[in-house]
Amino acid sequence: MLSQESLAQIDRELAKYPADQRRSAIMGALRIAQTEKRYLTNELIEFVAGYVRIPPVAAYEVATFYNMYDRKPVGKYKLTVCTNLPCALSGGYSTAEYLKQKLGIGFGETTADGKYTLAEGECMGACGYAPVMLVNNHSMCSHMTPEAIEKKLAELE
Amino acid sequence: MLEIEIDGKKLTVPSGSTVMDAANSIGVHIPHFCYHKKLSIAANCRMCLVQVEKAPKPLPACATPVTDGMKVFTHSDQAVTAQKGVMEFLLINHPLDCPICDQGGECQLQDLAVGYGQSGSRYQEEKRVVANKDLGPLISTDMTRCIHCSRCVRFTEEIAGYQELGMANRGEFTEVLPFIGKTVNSEISGNVIDLCPVGALTSKPFRYSARTWELSRRKSVSPHDGLGANLVVQVKNHKVMRVLPLENEAINECWLADRDRFSYEALNSEERITKPMIKQGGVWQEADWQTALEFVANGLKGVIAEHGRDAVAAVATPHSTVEELFLLRKLMSGLGVDAVETRLRAADFSLKTAGATWLGQSIADLAASDAVLVIGSTLRKEQPLLAQRLRQSVKKGMQLAVINPHGDDLLTAKAAELVVRPDQLVEGVVQVLRALAEVKGIALQPNIENGSGDIPAEARAVAAVLAGKEKAAVLLGNIAQQHPRYAEIYAAAAAIAEATGAKLGVMSEAANSVGAQLVGAETGGDVFAKPRQAYFMLNAEAEFDVQNGAQALAAVQKAKLVVALSSFSSCALEHADVILPVSPFSETSGTFVNMEGRAQSFNGVVRPLGETRPAWKVLRVLGNVLGFAGFDYTTSEEIRDEALAGEIGPRLSNALAAPVAVKAQAASGLVRLGEVSIYQADMLSRRAPSLQKTADAAVAAQLRANAATLAKLGLAAGDRARAEQAGGVAELAVAVDAGLADDVIRVSANHPLTRALAGHVAAITVAKA
Ligand code: SF4
Ligand code: FES
Ligand code: FES
Repeated sequence: MLSQESLAQIDRELAKYPADQRRSAIMGALRIAQTEKRYLTNELIEFVAGYVRIPPVAAYEVATFYNMYDRKPVGKYKLTVCTNLPCALSGGYSTAEYLKQKLGIGFGETTADGKYTLAEGECMGACGYAPVMLVNNHSMCSHMTPEAIEKKLAELE
Repeated sequence: MLEIEIDGKKLTVPSGSTVMDAANSIGVHIPHFCYHKKLSIAANCRMCLVQVEKAPKPLPACATPVTDGMKVFTHSDQAVTAQKGVMEFLLINHPLDCPICDQGGECQLQDLAVGYGQSGSRYQEEKRVVANKDLGPLISTDMTRCIHCSRCVRFTEEIAGYQELGMANRGEFTEVLPFIGKTVNSEISGNVIDLCPVGALTSKPFRYSARTWELSRRKSVSPHDGLGANLVVQVKNHKVMRVLPLENEAINECWLADRDRFSYEALNSEERITKPMIKQGGVWQEADWQTALEFVANGLKGVIAEHGRDAVAAVATPHSTVEELFLLRKLMSGLGVDAVETRLRAADFSLKTAGATWLGQSIADLAASDAVLVIGSTLRKEQPLLAQRLRQSVKKGMQLAVINPHGDDLLTAKAAELVVRPDQLVEGVVQVLRALAEVKGIALQPNIENGSGDIPAEARAVAAVLAGKEKAAVLLGNIAQQHPRYAEIYAAAAAIAEATGAKLGVMSEAANSVGAQLVGAETGGDVFAKPRQAYFMLNAEAEFDVQNGAQALAAVQKAKLVVALSSFSSCALEHADVILPVSPFSETSGTFVNMEGRAQSFNGVVRPLGETRPAWKVLRVLGNVLGFAGFDYTTSEEIRDEALAGEIGPRLSNALAAPVAVKAQAASGLVRLGEVSIYQADMLSRRAPSLQKTADAAVAAQLRANAATLAKLGLAAGDRARAEQAGGVAELAVAVDAGLADDVIRVSANHPLTRALAGHVAAITVAKA
């Protein structure tokens, strides 16, 4: 179900933990699977769980807890806006609202051209830079005022 | 030891104790949901908040370790305010559906809400709704009621050994569920019903049938495996409505296996027979007891007069009580009949020991072993709760090794494993013995043939697990006990035990296997091999309780007289001449002696159905009708005291009475691995509809082999195959079992689909159907 390269990467994750704690590698293993397949289907979660040798429901718990794991196809750019309390107090909801208007989609939706997906995020530990937004799970953007959003979107064109 | 003061009471507790442990030890109740003494600490419900001196805020008692000099207040203003706050949060999303909730009246949330809740709710917003899940035929769900204590999740992972339930999503969207499309299939799954503090998980068979306060609670003992789990049987209007565990740390702790819990369905089955029945001219007719008993007495006397006393055999399952078996034996000796047999599933009757075979120690002692070797057992299905105990022991450092004809997962770590063909079980045990002899530099006993060839690495690994252990045990399971070379397996296992100082133990197949031996109900041998003229059958079904069911059925069909004492008419309608309705365990008093030699007596929990009578009374009256002396008991206790006179301990012994010659045999060709599946083992499980809908019951209807063997036979998973043994045929669906050795065909025994087949471990032919 996964390429040799991905499996080799998962093996590397597994090697980081003691043999009786293979479970610890599940986060990395799911991330690797998602990178290859773009999103995690139930079948893929079950496959990864089998590879790591943990019960499928244990992998499912992880895959559904963290919102960086995508369980549906996402657009080219996934924009995750933090709406937890510190961000919310500093305008997180306005950021989200601005993006919703701008892109014409709600949380959990993808634009018709498949370019953007908007997601609601949990605290990213960057409250000091609130409101924050994450692009494609990896690049963090701080102080997301409307101007900053416009600038970022222009970069993503 | 640490000093602590709880609500002004001073006490000392061992270091490492939590505040909850300390409070429990002096009977101070701290409200809680997620805490459970047998489960890991999750500390996620927060109901147990207490005030601790010098701590700035309330602390969860279940997760706070005691420190020396700690002062705890469980009912101070701060504690109670915190507890009330938590309760308000818990009730925000909990539906107020107590009137239609099965947990009503025995719900911890309901109880604590009375103590800590407000009379009204400040919460005006929408409550969340959670879709129900299909957890299989035993557990019903109302997931909106879940308070996310995670007890059920921790149970599957920690006690049942495989996490079948999980908590998906997060925050407000958290849901307890099995993996998509899966059900909860553990053989001890029903315990989550007891653990769930609310009505999210309830019993499917019991659902909507009674309220807890309408039920009377009566103690009893499980009639299934040799553990003897203690039960609370709940009764309404003389009907068993539900079975729950009675806590007994020495035996079942606070758990029950699913068959202990759900087999009660059979007690209320349509198949119950309520009046004596006599077949005359091929037609069944109801009769009164007097007529039926006279018919039986005259019939037996007639057969003996005509064909001699060897023409009669009495058989009973080891699920019968001590009292029943003792009177059966006594009745038969009155008639001059020797053959009384309870080892119905055995194929080798040659083993002779100095006393009744048993576990060799108490269950609790076994659990404290450093190493345990299990030989010939599908442990989880044969002894679900013993398997659970050993799983906990492995967590504490015990090493578990197995010699088995399959590689079934014990859901715990196996330190070593030797998988052999079922007909090579003796050879497997001998290989381990040879490995031990090598390490220890000792010679094998002269009666054990050394065998040739290399000792496989797996056998050496098994030997290494036992060697040098302070406290080790060697256990024989059902596959060993039902094996055609049981005596040889036993002798080789005994030699391993001797060489390592381990205790040899037999895991009793049935609730009263040990009791059956104590009353001497093991004198017949294979009473069906050479058909008799008359069979007297107590609680036994020829095709399901006897190893070679096809042969047994043929024998009873040919017999002149078949007397069946049973709770179910279906047991013998075709071949019996008279059926006497006798009580199942719930309607009679009696005694079972469990695998550790503990006699547990119980009373009937409901009155006998219709004209059903306890079997001990029937046997007693039959003794009177036959005019025998010594049949004037008025209570079952009198019988028990006579049957088990003196102490039991000295009469238990696993020591061989005489050396057994163990000879290596070569094996080739297809061989059957036949085991009696968990829900076919006894009359009650077989008739419990919910148990018959489980995944375990479905597996029993399959023919399994490893991929190479299937390929050789031209079969693939999902095909239908025709298995044939001694002229008997079974048609089954094919499945892969990667844990089997080559050429092994795993087909369950004594199953409606396989009853035409012969021996459990014997040659078999298989072809595509
Ligand atoms: S289903 Fe019951 S036991 Fe499981 S987490 Fe919810 S409340 Fe707890
Ligand atoms: S609340 Fe948004 S990063 Fe912490
Ligand atoms: S019982 Fe302590 S937090 Fe749940």
